[in-house]
Amino acid sequence: MTELSESLLLFLITAASLVAVGVYGFIIGPEPLRRILALNIISAGIFMLMVVLAYRGYDSAQATADPVLQALVLTGLVVALSATAFALTLLARLEPSSENSAPEGPEQ
Amino acid sequence: MSLLLFDTLLCGLLVALALASVLSRQLSHAVILYIAFGLLMALVWARLAAPDLALAEAAIGAGLTGALCFTALARQGQLTLSPRLSWQQRGWPALFVLLTLSGLLLALLQIPARPGPLPALVSQELADSGISHPVTAVLLNFRSWDTLLELLVLLLALLGTLQLAPAPAQQHSWALSRSWSQLLAPLIILLAGYVLWAGASQPGGAFQAGALLAAGAVVLKLNKQLSWLVWRNIWVRFFAVAGLGVFVIVALTAWLLQGVTAEPIWLRWPPEHAKYIILLIEIFATLAIAITLTLLVVAEQPETPLSLARAETAGGRGD
Repeated sequence: MTELSESLLLFLITAASLVAVGVYGFIIGPEPLRRILALNIISAGIFMLMVVLAYRGYDSAQATADPVLQALVLTGLVVALSATAFALTLLARLEPSSENSAPEGPEQ
Repeated sequence: MSLLLFDTLLCGLLVALALASVLSRQLSHAVILYIAFGLLMALVWARLAAPDLALAEAAIGAGLTGALCFTALARQGQLTLSPRLSWQQRGWPALFVLLTLSGLLLALLQIPARPGPLPALVSQELADSGISHPVTAVLLNFRSWDTLLELLVLLLALLGTLQLAPAPAQQHSWALSRSWSQLLAPLIILLAGYVLWAGASQPGGAFQAGALLAAGAVVLKLNKQLSWLVWRNIWVRFFAVAGLGVFVIVALTAWLLQGVTAEPIWLRWPPEHAKYIILLIEIFATLAIAITLTLLVVAEQPETPLSLARAETAGGRGD
């Protein structure tokens, strides 16, 4: 076990729970849009984990959070957004074909 | 003690919002809950001593992702309740996720409480980096590879999206929101300029400024303003590519100039010019990030002769 402070433990557990909630949503969520949201929740959990790790040294004498991890997360935020935008565009291409084919089935 | 109470409340709300977003049966509810989740994340970054991330997340997580998801929702047309899942369909994934979570927690609790050697190394080298804010120094000096490749990723995502983007939907803008967005625009430009400049010594920098500018531009674009901001415009293309291009050219120049004295190292700035090099890269990176994010969010197919012909045949078939 570690000697992390109570708040840090709380944030660590929250980060892990966010990843878990995201994975659950990714498995069950029936709509593709909800799966993309769930992926974003997973990435939020991972970013939170990294920021908590960066925060570890903050209480000690140096009083700075780890800038390397924060810079990585900043890069990650922008990349996650561009990946989401690309996924949603792919989704928009996917939708009309399923929409067109679905109503035709019962009519025939 | 009161801080712990605040933390507990914040963490509880975060997990609750994430769960509600995943479990709600209305897709539109899920999207709105997710936007609220993004806003709370910005609060968490501020709490965890990461103001740079809080700035970026407030513009990206709450603003741009929200606009993206609502656009996707609008494209879906008729919304229906998602089907109710049976006990087994919910139970087995939940069991799997709980097992994964307990494994994850076991691993996380082994993490040492001391930070690694990197923060000390950064503060030691900060004087030679040309800027005094450690996060910007890491992004544009110590680990500039990350930023270079990130600009490349953004450009690739934009190119992919432009290939696939659906035909623009016919929307009307609302007079009040149009005038409000016009009022907001100069403020956002001012704020983005300040955030970019402040990045040298305080929280701020190219990403935050770019995301802010993009958020403002998206609001204007959704209100049918900024008609010049389309991929067809040659200057838009130039500035979207210039972020990456200027970075590579500057890096090449620095590399060649270095070569006279010692063995040259890729992406190392000479300490006496570092401030100006970083400022130059940041200005072009901000513009490139702003343009790319805007075009990603309001992705519209560029009008080519082929797409125009397709739209015509589709319209003819509709009549």
